[in-house]
Amino acid sequence: MAQKTYRDAVREALREEMLRDKCVLIMGEEVGVWGGTYAVTRGFYDEFGGRRILDTPIAEEAIVGTAVGAAMGGLRPVAELMTINFSLVAMDQIVNNVAKIHAMFGSQARVPLVIRVPAGWGQLAATHSQSLEAWFAHVPGLLVVMPATPYDAKGLLKAAIRSDNPVMFIEHARLYGVKGEVPDGEYTLPIGVSDIKRPGRDVTIVSYSRMLHVALGAAEELAKTGIECEVIDLRTLRPLDMARVYASVEKTHRALIVEEDWMTCGMGAEIAARIGRDRFDSLDVPVERMGQVEVPMPYAKNLEELMFPDEKSVAQKVREMVA
Amino acid sequence: MASTSPSRVSVEEAAGIDVTAEEALDWFRKMRLIRRFEERAEEAYGQGKIGGFLHLYIGEEAVAVGAMAALHPKDDVVTHYRDHGYVLARGTEPRRVMAELYGKATGISKGKGGSMHMADVRRHLWGGYAIVGGHIPLATGLALANQYRNLPQVVACFFGEGATNTGSFYSGLNLAAVWKLPLIAIVENNRYGMGTAFERVSAVDDVYRKASAFGIPGERIDGNDVLAVRDAVRRMADRSRSGGGPQLIEAMTYRFRGHSMGDPQRYRTKEEVEEAKTHDPIVRWKRAVIENDLATEDELMKIGDEVEAEVEDAVRFAETSPAPDPNELFIDVLVPE
Repeated sequence: MAQKTYRDAVREALREEMLRDKCVLIMGEEVGVWGGTYAVTRGFYDEFGGRRILDTPIAEEAIVGTAVGAAMGGLRPVAELMTINFSLVAMDQIVNNVAKIHAMFGSQARVPLVIRVPAGWGQLAATHSQSLEAWFAHVPGLLVVMPATPYDAKGLLKAAIRSDNPVMFIEHARLYGVKGEVPDGEYTLPIGVSDIKRPGRDVTIVSYSRMLHVALGAAEELAKTGIECEVIDLRTLRPLDMARVYASVEKTHRALIVEEDWMTCGMGAEIAARIGRDRFDSLDVPVERMGQVEVPMPYAKNLEELMFPDEKSVAQKVREMVA
Repeated sequence: MASTSPSRVSVEEAAGIDVTAEEALDWFRKMRLIRRFEERAEEAYGQGKIGGFLHLYIGEEAVAVGAMAALHPKDDVVTHYRDHGYVLARGTEPRRVMAELYGKATGISKGKGGSMHMADVRRHLWGGYAIVGGHIPLATGLALANQYRNLPQVVACFFGEGATNTGSFYSGLNLAAVWKLPLIAIVENNRYGMGTAFERVSAVDDVYRKASAFGIPGERIDGNDVLAVRDAVRRMADRSRSGGGPQLIEAMTYRFRGHSMGDPQRYRTKEEVEEAKTHDPIVRWKRAVIENDLATEDELMKIGDEVEAEVEDAVRFAETSPAPDPNELFIDVLVPE
């Protein structure tokens, strides 16, 4: 299989779906002439033209709201928001319209819409470094996908574009350059199915997006000392696929959730609660969580580096859990 | 570009008005239907049979009826939450609208939307939206879909004057103008956003002048004159349909009832309301119809009786319809895949 970057995997998914279905169009800030803030749509404007690659003003509520109307009207828009932080400007559209229209009108209308949005950070300080996926995962009526690998990103994005339901597709700015195996040719992956990225017997680590790579790195280190972690990639945050997590916890009796978001009311809290309720008797130690330090992101590099779990701290936590 | 519209005589100067007897009676019937429907809904609300918020359209009937008369049946419509009048004017069965208010399984949205979220997609009514201004970008998107798919439909987006102070009004119409989309914004100016007089909270209180921010035509019309509404919407829809981009109409009207049920109306005087009622759109249209020999008093009376029976039937239907099955709770949240 070919090694491709996460960026190219997303690009391929978009391009293939645009070639497959002329109802697919892309709209957002700098998606056209500029080629995408993260260069995901570079060349698309020339290939598909301004009718299908729509540069919008900097007005997120209009980007999402317009995409909702276009989706109701029979198109399959992919709306790009430049960063997940800017989705806050469109929150009314996402929560009150995107997620509600199908239910509120008793199935009379559909919103086959994908909102692509990268999380991420890098000395961008408080307003440009947030994760926020739990905000969306909280809302019935949305599907929330947050892939970690190029293979998953491509297969899940193609599935998201074909879905008749609205999908928040959360990418990660620091994953765009990450390489992984992506087969040439057509494939999709099912939304709502988690994936075992590394089998193991001692501790279950549940993660997603960039933190999955941190967890895998820690697992690699720990394996050298004989501790075998089973690393599960959620891939989809709503609906949550707990089956693999439960099966794993039955085997390892220990669960650690590693997320990039703040932990309060986050994905880890939800997963811990479910494990605690449904697999209480399987647990040998309390479910543990690791996430972002609960302060607004500072600008200074040394402070920023203190914000997230890393391979070392995750490995340390696992050692404590098996001790 | 923005201008007022002195181009047509009002219903009071009605000689030779451009309307058939059939149309004249149809509009009278629809305005009467909306009026009577709302009065009965008000009663049912008082009896505790309708829950939540109930925003009545009484006094504003000429806007919905005039606009729907101008639009083609396949033209798309997106509205704000004072929305019963639009669905009734488009022809949705009063039974199903009343049943929706009652929260019954036979309602147009199976009792899941209620008063503020009336949709009848088969009739290209894409919903009532209850976050002020939030549906304006949606209308832009529907118009984008029509343009992209080379469909001849225009989108009519209705909202109150209060919505023109939201960001969505600006961002939605800006984008529609940039892309020259087939969209007509019909602003129903009833002078109050809940209980706040528009001029107290809007730096520019002539809504039609706000069209100049987008370089699109804006016209103020008498929204209590059903013919003036029909003519203006028709003119603007034609222009928009033939590539003229979005257009804005400010229809001046007045709501005779409070903002919602239980509004003590401390923000306006009884005299003001009584004065406004002298411009009652139904009374005015009735007078014009008779003066122009389009119908007789008896014929109009008969229509009134038929409407009365139709609304009573709607109430009976709503009252005797079943509540949604509990299993409905989990249906419609996502499209089954």
